[in-house]
Amino acid sequence: MSKFKPGGKKDEPEVSTASLPDIIFMLLFFFMVVTVMRESELKIKVKTPQATELTKLQEKSLVNYIHIGRPTKNYQEQYGTSPKIQLGDKISDIEDIPLFLENHKASVPEKLQFKITTSLKVDSDVTMGIVTDVKEKLRKSGQVKVNYSAKKRTEDL
Amino acid sequence: MARVRAKDRLKNEVNAGSMAAIAFLLLIFFLVTTTILEDSGILVKLPEWSDDPPPEAQINTRNIYSVLVNSNNDLLVRKTPMAVRELREDTKLFITNPSNDPTLADSPKQAIVSLKNDRGTSYNAYMEVYNELRAAYNEIWDEQAQIRYGKNYDDCTKAEQKGVRDDFPLVISEAESTNFGEES
Repeated sequence: MSKFKPGGKKDEPEVSTASLPDIIFMLLFFFMVVTVMRESELKIKVKTPQATELTKLQEKSLVNYIHIGRPTKNYQEQYGTSPKIQLGDKISDIEDIPLFLENHKASVPEKLQFKITTSLKVDSDVTMGIVTDVKEKLRKSGQVKVNYSAKKRTEDL
Repeated sequence: MARVRAKDRLKNEVNAGSMAAIAFLLLIFFLVTTTILEDSGILVKLPEWSDDPPPEAQINTRNIYSVLVNSNNDLLVRKTPMAVRELREDTKLFITNPSNDPTLADSPKQAIVSLKNDRGTSYNAYMEVYNELRAAYNEIWDEQAQIRYGKNYDDCTKAEQKGVRDDFPLVISEAESTNFGEES
């Protein structure tokens, strides 16, 4: 019964680590929310060109992506080496674009539909022929807001 | 002895120390997989499609700044070859026409930039040229905003930006591309 030990050595108070998991969990949730798992694997090589006059695309849900590029090594046997269009996760034809746009449109509230932007992620090695065809198809489908996806240019021309 | 055991039981707690370890593991997983991908690019508004042929408009050639990028990615501006590097300054000169040169645009409002490319033009070359044309306009807008409001175009209010844009409208007209150098 020595509750009050005069001169008894006091235990060093430890830093409580009990709140550490909470902090870590908070970080964890943040990253879980922010993470976007890339939903579609790219079957084509897309290395966007560099530019200086860039605008950032704001709302991801209002953007649909059209990738244009040459099939990667694994898919060359199947699709050849000429430039192809990828919509979502499969290589498609130009004729599939209106349906693709329509499908995306359906997932957007009606009030915001006029804000839909199509981001063209085009490989810099591709020639304009296929890009022109896609642009024409977009115009015919009434999708005129287009973004030529590009990276920030660091070096001079 | 019994007393000690009772005390022990009271102290029974889930060891939270390992919880942190588990959470850390998950955290690291998400850190590694996260790609806060940000898409940026050149935003353009394509013209609406119409089946009718465009109306024949009589435009004075001095108001047209024709830019041609051929399938060899060479640049031809108003019938003279040019390097992409010089395009920006030249475009600005054409639009603003500070010395009232009779070969350059009447006024910025009437200036039209006409861009034409072959089907065989590389996308990279096209983007370089397009970027320079856009940059020319952006620089003009910036300069005007500085003169009028003493601040950058981006810092202006919507109305001020519109005022600047109305006086220097961005007109990049893209002609149908020619079937040159199309690859299979």
